[in-house]
Formats: sequence, structure tokens, C-alpha cells
Amino acid sequence: MSRSTRSLDLRQGHVDMSHGGGGRAMAQLIEELFMEHFDNELLRQQNDQAAFNVAAGRMVMATDSHVVFPLFFPGGDIGSLSVHGTINDVAMAGARPLYLSAAFILEEGFPLADLERIVRSMARASRAAGVPVVTGDTKVVERGKGDGVYITTTGIGVAPEGARISADRAQPGDAILINGALGDHGVAVMSSRENLSFATNIESDSAPLHTLVAAMVEACPDIHCLRDPTRGGLAATLNELAGQSEVGMVIRERDLPIREEVAGACELLGLDPLYVANEGKLVAIVPGEAAQRLLALMRAHPLGREAAVIGRVIEDDHCFVQMKTAFGGTRMVDWLAAEQLPRIC
Amino acid sequence: MKHVDEYRNGRLARAMARAIAAEARPGRVYRLMEFCGGHTHGIHRYGIPGLLPDNVRMIHGPGCPVCVLPMGRIDAAIELANRPEVILCTYADMLRVPGSRRTSLMQARALGADVRMLYSTLDALKIARENPGREVVFFAIGFETTTPPTAMAVKEAQRLGLGNFTVFCNHVLTPPAMRGILAQPGVMIDGFVGPGHVSAVIGRDAYEFAAREYAKPLVISGFEPLDLMHAIRLLIRQLNEGRAEVENEYARVVSDRGNPIALDLMDEVFEQRPSFEWRGLGMIPHSALRLRDEFAAFDAEQRFALAAGPVPDNKACECADILRGLKQPQDCKVFATACTPDNPLGACMVSSEGACAAWYTYGRHRKRRRA
Repeated sequence: MSRSTRSLDLRQGHVDMSHGGGGRAMAQLIEELFMEHFDNELLRQQNDQAAFNVAAGRMVMATDSHVVFPLFFPGGDIGSLSVHGTINDVAMAGARPLYLSAAFILEEGFPLADLERIVRSMARASRAAGVPVVTGDTKVVERGKGDGVYITTTGIGVAPEGARISADRAQPGDAILINGALGDHGVAVMSSRENLSFATNIESDSAPLHTLVAAMVEACPDIHCLRDPTRGGLAATLNELAGQSEVGMVIRERDLPIREEVAGACELLGLDPLYVANEGKLVAIVPGEAAQRLLALMRAHPLGREAAVIGRVIEDDHCFVQMKTAFGGTRMVDWLAAEQLPRIC
Repeated sequence: MKHVDEYRNGRLARAMARAIAAEARPGRVYRLMEFCGGHTHGIHRYGIPGLLPDNVRMIHGPGCPVCVLPMGRIDAAIELANRPEVILCTYADMLRVPGSRRTSLMQARALGADVRMLYSTLDALKIARENPGREVVFFAIGFETTTPPTAMAVKEAQRLGLGNFTVFCNHVLTPPAMRGILAQPGVMIDGFVGPGHVSAVIGRDAYEFAAREYAKPLVISGFEPLDLMHAIRLLIRQLNEGRAEVENEYARVVSDRGNPIALDLMDEVFEQRPSFEWRGLGMIPHSALRLRDEFAAFDAEQRFALAAGPVPDNKACECADILRGLKQPQDCKVFATACTPDNPLGACMVSSEGACAAWYTYGRHRKRRRA
């Protein structure tokens, strides 16, 4: 690669159109920023693709585009989020994630210091998870046509032979488990938006769940469904699973792990924590008799300390998700109509 | 959460449910209207209908400002937002509500209108100061609860000499709306659960007319489920004893005379309109506010010539009967078929606090009961 005479100005510099133009500036950005931080053997070969051998098994592939405002929030940023999100999507098939690709769409004028901070965070997340970024792409759009940075990551992994985890396998009698507290990510992001000035100590739960999943699959190969309740929260995930499996579900409000601060913030904003996004949570639907064993195993894992059995699968032609309220009543937990917005009064 | 969980205690709820069941006489039906949309939402969210005997029926009132705003006013707001010089500011609830051409402010924004979501009226003043070349219009809606903040913003704009800030006023009043419902023919309501936040502003005494003129008991309630159960029990007790009084279950927040500072501020900035249209209920006299002449400079209806006029509701819609207690949401032919929260046809489905939306979202698993 041709060397530029001056290195990138990572303190004062900004993204400009030349960084996506295919010329020297782009090469410099790749070399001094992406290669520098993501450094690994496959990337070092500097091909337009990564080539590797994989072990025999069932291949799993997932992709996820990340747009988040603000880009930096308590407990994470768009970089770490883009790594965890895709690792989790691959892991929800019971698979071991192997490699990631990353595509960046940068807006002209975006500070290089912020980009470096994001790339560092991404590299740190990828290294900690043991899932390297092995190929990528960068494009630059004109000022005003992007939102700073968008990141799309794709992941591939291998699922063990025999694992048949799928959203259509929930059966009446199954137990519904969650690995921890609900709503942390959504509230952390919302509380850091500038026009919503309330302070919480809540941090995003953004985390890679593949090691927890590996332990769960090993202990109970017959897990029926796994899904991460991201956008739309637990409510959307349960409705998806109930619909795809053609079953009903009943959860118990009393058993839902929700932090006091999250409940308080939701109370203040008129939001329902059941609909608030998570980035480090999974819902597992498992045969009823395996529930307690799995629960103990999840609680022994750092990302499952607050795991709980929150409900069960029932027969229901309407595929309704119902909740026994802590107050003693029963209500439906429906899909959200459009996005959840704070209420007036 | 301290000061919240105490009012959501499941053990006390079961005891309260038993007490209600014991006091409700099997021979009669109790039709109780909770006026406020926040109460409707709470009743369903905590599953209260399942804790009440069959003959105690909750009728969901029109107390959701988003729901009762006529489509013509939403058309007017969209018209304002589409003017290139205008920045239209409003609360989040309004963004999704469709006008007569099935378009919403959110869709107008997607097509280029400058629509901003606010949490506080003072944010609108900030936007006006930061954009001196633009016209900032605050699309003001809500009952007596959201009116004082709008009045405060108008006064502050006057103090700052802001020439580019106006209010498109759609504030409505609770007691005249209750009168409007009680005056409707065939109304079947035995008593009211009175609003909590509204009453904090206007006070307990504002409801005396319901008891005196219409012989309807009214119990002001808080928003927590035990508040609501308690209010329902007090209403049943009044009806059993043949009393019609205004009782205050929410005395920890609501006083007899309300909040004098807020009331004075409202009175200084606003005056009653002779009449105002309520979606689902029609024209109701003296039921809404407009800016007084002294504040005409801040009145969007005076600054901009608005073309949008009144629009009739969908004919299939039975909101009017539902709001009068004659029908339940599931009695309406278009409920959950043509009319859903994603595609609302009538007032009661428009916001999550509307009677039909609350039934749809939280209560569809329940069997239909006769009204």
C-alpha cells in the first residue's frame, strides 16, 4: 500500500469525501484506523474478502445494521453494540460465532476522534468476545445525508450437530426463562438524549451472549427457542415466538427482573419496561422439566446472575401473550403499535 | 419503588376485591365511568376488570386529549407544519394520530415538514430563540393538567418579546365535558371515577355539579391500582346508600380548591370558547380554551390563515355510544377488524389511553359482556 507522508489527524481531523473515494486517503484511513485496531491474520492479508476453513456442522449467518442516537451512551457505544448485536443473533441459533464483517457508512464532517473511539470500542468488544472482524467496507456520504456513522456487521458461526433451536418450536408446557433485568439498554440510551435531562445510573446491558448460550446448549441440547429481546423488548419477542409456534404464553409480572431505576424512569416517561429494548438479554423457551436445571446453570454464568423463570407456554389458538399482574389481575401483553413514545399526562 | 409499590400491593388488592364483591348487590348493575384516559390505561394495565364482579362495569370516558381532538384540528396542525417557515412543536402522543386524509404529523415529517417532539413547553421557547428566522408553533393539547405549562410559555414568550412563537390552542376542560356526556340522551352511567391530575389543578369542588344537578356520585381517584379499586368501592357504597356526593380518594394530592397559582395563570392567559367540537361527542358548550385578546400576538389561529375545517367521523364508528356507556368496545363492528391501534378509525382507538385501544391492547383475552 502506498504510504501517505502525514498520518491521519485523529485529534482534529474530520471525515471528508476522499475517505470513501478509493484513493490514497481511503487507504490511509483503512490502514491507520481499521487495520490498526482490528488487526488479525485474515485482515492482514488485505484481500477484498476473508477466506477460511470451518469445522463441519451447521453454518449460521446473521446481519444487523446499527443506527443509534446518541452514538455514545452509558455502558456502550455504537461500536460495541454492533459487535454484540450480531454475535447475539448468531448465538441465538445455538451457534458458536466465528467471524464478523463490518461496513461503515460515514458522514462527511464526522470527527475522526469519534470514529477512532468507536473503532477502538468495537475492536475491544470483538477481542473480548473472541470473534474477529475479518473483512469490511467503508463509504462516505455527503454532510447532512447520514447521522455521523452507521455500522452494519455480519457474523457467521457454526451450530453443533443436532441443535434445532427455532422460533416455531415452543410447545405447551415449556418454561420461559430470561437471563436478567429488563429495559436497561433502552433507558440508558433514552436518558442520555440531550432533551431528556434526567439522571440515572443505569448502563446499557450490551453484552455478547455466546458463552452463556454455549453453556446452556451443552447442558440442555433440547432448548426449543432462543431469542434476544432487542427492539420492541420482551413483549415483541414473546409475541413473535407465540405467533411462529402457534401457542399462547402466560408470564408473571412478579417474576420479571426489572431494576428499580428502570422501573422509575419508565414510570416517569409513561413507558412500559416490557417494550423497552435490551442488548444483552435472551429469552429461552425450554421443556418444563429442564427449567430449574437450566436456571441454576444460567445463574452461575456472569451474564445470567439475575436469570429467572418468568412464565410458561400454553395452548391458545389466538396466540395471545398474557400476564398475571403483580396486583392480581390478568392482562394481555400485545404487540406495540408503532414505536413507544412518552405520554403527555 | 417507594411510594408506588405500596399502592400496587397484590395482597391488599385481593382483600379489596373481596370487599367489593361483598358490597356489590347481585340484583343490580353498577355502571361506573372513569373519565380520565390515564385511569383507563391503569385499569387495564393492572388487570382490574378481572378483579371486579360481573355486575360492576367500567365505562371508559373521553378523558384522553389525543382521542377527543377532532380530525379537522389535526388537519390544521399538519397544514401549519407543511408551511416552510414553520417549526411545529408538540408532545409525542400527537405525532401518530391520523387526520382526515389518513396522514399524521409523523408522515408529514417524513415528507419534509419540520415537526419536533417536546417534553416541556419551555423547549419550544428555546427553539424559537435559536431560530429567529422561523415561526415556531406549539401545538397545545390536553386538559387542565397541561394548560398551565402552556400559559406559562405564553407569558414567558411575552416577557422575552419573542415575535416568532405562537400557540395552536386545543386545550379542553373536564367539567363541561362531563356535563356534555350527562346531557346526552340515553346515557347509562351511575357514577364517575374523577380524574387525578386534573383535579389536582381544578380541585374537588369543581365537580359539585355532578352530584347536585345530576345526582351522580363522583370519587376522585389516584392512578395506582389500589387507588382505583378503593374509588370503585366508595362509589358502590354511595350507590347502595342512595347518596350522590363528591368524595376525594386522592387527598394526598388533590385539595378542595385546587392549585390557585395554576388556576390564576390559566385564567390570565386563556378564556372559554363558546363551543368546541369533541371527537365522538360532537359540539360541547364552553368546553375548550383560547388565548385572550391581550395575548392575540401568540395565537397561531390569528397569525396564520388556516384552511382546514371540521371533518365528520367514520360512519361505522360507534365511539359516541361507547363514550356514553351504551356499548362496549367489542360491540362495535369495526373493533379489531377495520379499526386497530395501527389503523385507528375512531376517537377511542387513537391513543393508548382511548377506551378501544386499551381493550385491544390489554383486554382482548377477556370474554365480551353485555353493556
